Amino acid sequence: MERSILEALNAARSARRAAVTVSDLVSGGSQVYLEGDDCPAPWRTSVARALQSGRAGIAETEQGSFFLNVYLPPSRILVIGAVHISQALAKLAPVAGFDMTIIDPRTAFATPERFAGVELIAEWPEDALRERPLDRFTALVAVTHDPKIDDHPIRSALEAGCFYVGALGSRKTHATRVERLRQAGVSDADIARIRAPIGLDIGAASPAEIAVAILAQIVEALRRRDTSHVKGAIA
Amino acid sequence: MLEAANVLDPLDIAEAWTKQGRKVAIATVIETWGSAPRPVGSHLVIDGDGNFQGSVSGGCVEGAVITEAADVIASGAPKILDFGVADETAWRVGLSCGGRIRVFVERIEG
Repeated sequence: MERSILEALNAARSARRAAVTVSDLVSGGSQVYLEGDDCPAPWRTSVARALQSGRAGIAETEQGSFFLNVYLPPSRILVIGAVHISQALAKLAPVAGFDMTIIDPRTAFATPERFAGVELIAEWPEDALRERPLDRFTALVAVTHDPKIDDHPIRSALEAGCFYVGALGSRKTHATRVERLRQAGVSDADIARIRAPIGLDIGAASPAEIAVAILAQIVEALRRRDTSHVKGAIA
Repeated sequence: MLEAANVLDPLDIAEAWTKQGRKVAIATVIETWGSAPRPVGSHLVIDGDGNFQGSVSGGCVEGAVITEAADVIASGAPKILDFGVADETAWRVGLSCGGRIRVFVERIEG
């Protein structure tokens, strides 16, 4: 592997960008392709598949044997709202391999007693997100029901190209949210990316069941995400 | 804790060692069969003096990989190494868990 390839790969990893290396097993030459960047036609399909599955493996081609390794940033869930659903999600998310952080400026909700073992930030999302910017491998879950708290992080998540943006609320609540976002200049394409009502439609009733529905929807969004057209990619 | 983990990341180590002017090889698990302790894609980084970081086998074949890496560093020619229960060497190095692994060893160039 050329030193420049190693450096490019490490830079991508530290920037939390997904990358695939293609190594010629005979000559030892390597290339690195970042998610969202242009990838030459012969590799487009196998690179996209590796990015989606996260699985490394050997590709046999007419040009010889190549090894595709894949480096995905650890996915994380950022929850806006220290509510009952978040308590259940905080228990489930680590089981599925996600780091989880909760932001809620309402200090009565955001108490360590209610959220043992999860990172909890009792600040306004505007302030908290300045310290820890959203990215493509973050799922945003907005569940406060309060536009003052939810709207800003939803817009930020759409801008950052988060792989999942979900918002709690009935269809009526969501309709008024869509109206506010439209007024604020958010495009219809972006608005269409918001999963609301939040969670897969499995008839979930209790907070724990809703948390399961949300988590399943997050996994689906991660594993079926479009790896070719990237919004919010770092140049 | 996250930063401590990053310090031990084999690819970060490989870059740091290269910057220090050390000769470096990277070993990568490219295929596994049966019960393999480290998944495909795992890395072990080795320098010209036999220092190493990371893992391709959970410890059982690393000694052999490190020895082969010295050749790769000297010659620049990449190698594919096979370890498995059917292989004499593998028994010697103790891959007794019943799996087989293939490891690609390459030098960092430039």
